[in-house]
Amino acid sequence: MAQLPAIIPVSLLLSAFVAFLVGTFSRSLVYPITLLGIVTALVTAVMGLIRVLQDGAQHYYFGGWPPPLGIEYVLDHLSGFMTVLVMFIALLSVIYSRRSFLQEVPEKIVPLYSLVLLMLAGLTGIILTGDLFNLYVFLEIASLAAYAIMAIGNDKAPVAVIRYVIMGTIGACFYLLGVGFIYFATGSLNMGDVARILPGIYGSRLIVVAMTFIVIGMALKMALFPLHIWLPDVYTYSPSAVVALIAPIMTKVGAYVLIRMLVSVFLPNYLTSVLPVTLMIGWLAAVGIVAMSIMAIAQKDFRRMLAYSSVAQICYVALGIGLANPFGLIGALLHILNHAFMKGCLFQISGGIRYRAGLWQIPQFAGLGRHMRWTMGAFTVAAISMVGIPPACGFFSKWYLVLGCIDAGNWVFAVVVVASSLLNAVYFFRVLEKVYMVPSNNDSTVTAASDPPGEMLAPILVLASGIIILGVINAVIVTQILEPIVSLAF
Amino acid sequence: MFQVLLDHYPYYLSTALIVIGVWGMLAKHNLMKKVIGMNIFQTAIILLFISSSVKFGATVPTFDPKLGLENTALYVNPLPHVLMLTAIVVMVATNGVAFAILLLIYRRYRTLDEEEILRRMRE
Repeated sequence: MAQLPAIIPVSLLLSAFVAFLVGTFSRSLVYPITLLGIVTALVTAVMGLIRVLQDGAQHYYFGGWPPPLGIEYVLDHLSGFMTVLVMFIALLSVIYSRRSFLQEVPEKIVPLYSLVLLMLAGLTGIILTGDLFNLYVFLEIASLAAYAIMAIGNDKAPVAVIRYVIMGTIGACFYLLGVGFIYFATGSLNMGDVARILPGIYGSRLIVVAMTFIVIGMALKMALFPLHIWLPDVYTYSPSAVVALIAPIMTKVGAYVLIRMLVSVFLPNYLTSVLPVTLMIGWLAAVGIVAMSIMAIAQKDFRRMLAYSSVAQICYVALGIGLANPFGLIGALLHILNHAFMKGCLFQISGGIRYRAGLWQIPQFAGLGRHMRWTMGAFTVAAISMVGIPPACGFFSKWYLVLGCIDAGNWVFAVVVVASSLLNAVYFFRVLEKVYMVPSNNDSTVTAASDPPGEMLAPILVLASGIIILGVINAVIVTQILEPIVSLAF
Repeated sequence: MFQVLLDHYPYYLSTALIVIGVWGMLAKHNLMKKVIGMNIFQTAIILLFISSSVKFGATVPTFDPKLGLENTALYVNPLPHVLMLTAIVVMVATNGVAFAILLLIYRRYRTLDEEEILRRMRE
């Protein structure tokens, strides 16, 4: 099974084409094919992660050309962890999406599902590739597919998405420029090879420029404050099941690229000594956490509130990267995992409310807690986790981030992480109060609402119980998977 | 000073094009002009990569029996060209998606002026 790293994106890519071809003849077959492709990729990813935990990193050389000549796919702790996460969330979101798509955009499910598969192929490609230029190509495959599926929405979605196209293209092109400068300086595009050559030419100005371009490019892709302006509109106007799929994983993959650069290409010692780029990321993230949490408090639209909260949460990940010490990096990686579960759950709940009651304005939610018991129960769990109350998993990633801040002696960051929990509490407890405490004003849409159908409720409940389970077993994840990743870098 | 300019002029030109492109994407109000800015930006990157592989007096990178394989200075570096072929494909696809979305916007709002569209979205 030496081909394990390649099977994951290839199976998704293949099923994307099969789904489209078969779908033009028979629409009902698209969903089973999509599910089959994703399950294949998920099973392969889990097998890969188990192998990595037993025998260490797996390498696959395309066409049998060893690096630095050929393109290499690497399945190590970091990429194994990320592929399993992305594919697991994708599986739940796709199960969830069927009923939602049938209600919101019934005539477009064939292109929608094939593009979803194409996007997932791109995302897993980004995660698994060991080649800098190949990463750019997959980045654009994933982004283009995402632009297309997000533009299928209401009348406002295309306007929001064209801004995303512009900002996303600037991001990708900056990344490409950065890769170009690395190539001019080292003559290689393989990550491992570049990491071997770089220590000899650390003084080179080309490397400084390359790093700056890559960081700005990926900051655009992961919507790091203040480059997040495209995100709230896109998450508000796109179909709810699309957002439930994209919000938990798309920006995380941008953060993954930054972590990959930190761990496998440039080493943290270099970044902190020659160029204070990580410190800059950290400060932007700290400002972003506070500013975006306040913006989230100001929103009346539930989806928009979640979108601003997403920007704030991705800033926690960036803060962990910015600290550039072991605890900070563990906190960032753990928060990628936790936030994917929390935001996946929250956006699915938001879609569920829209599916059953057609509501998205928070003031209209009064009394929903009595009619959508399971959904709102899951929402309570996710909200508790977002605020950071143990045993929900959100507490533990913040705990590691605070440890990282103390380790770095940066008290401002520590205060920001702790204080922002209070801001999170403000905007989530505000919704909880509306849902449970405020008496229903006998609005017919609220009294007629019930839990969404089992196909949509099951993923929500799996994610909600996952939030608690992750909190309980977080020590296992940290020691087994995250510590080997961090030991590579420090 | 003048010699530096002469030696490096492709780099200065592509930098200027990059700046023009980014300016177009950020400052113009017409969405079509933004996409044109995007195009200029992408083309500038292609030029930058290609100009990095220039070797004077070298030929196309296919094996020529008369030149042999010993002296690599006789062949142009093929890798940037290959990379940019892929990048061109990616950029064509990006433009395709962007134009498709512009078409959607134009059919719904009958204009491509960003401020006008935003004004109508608020209504």
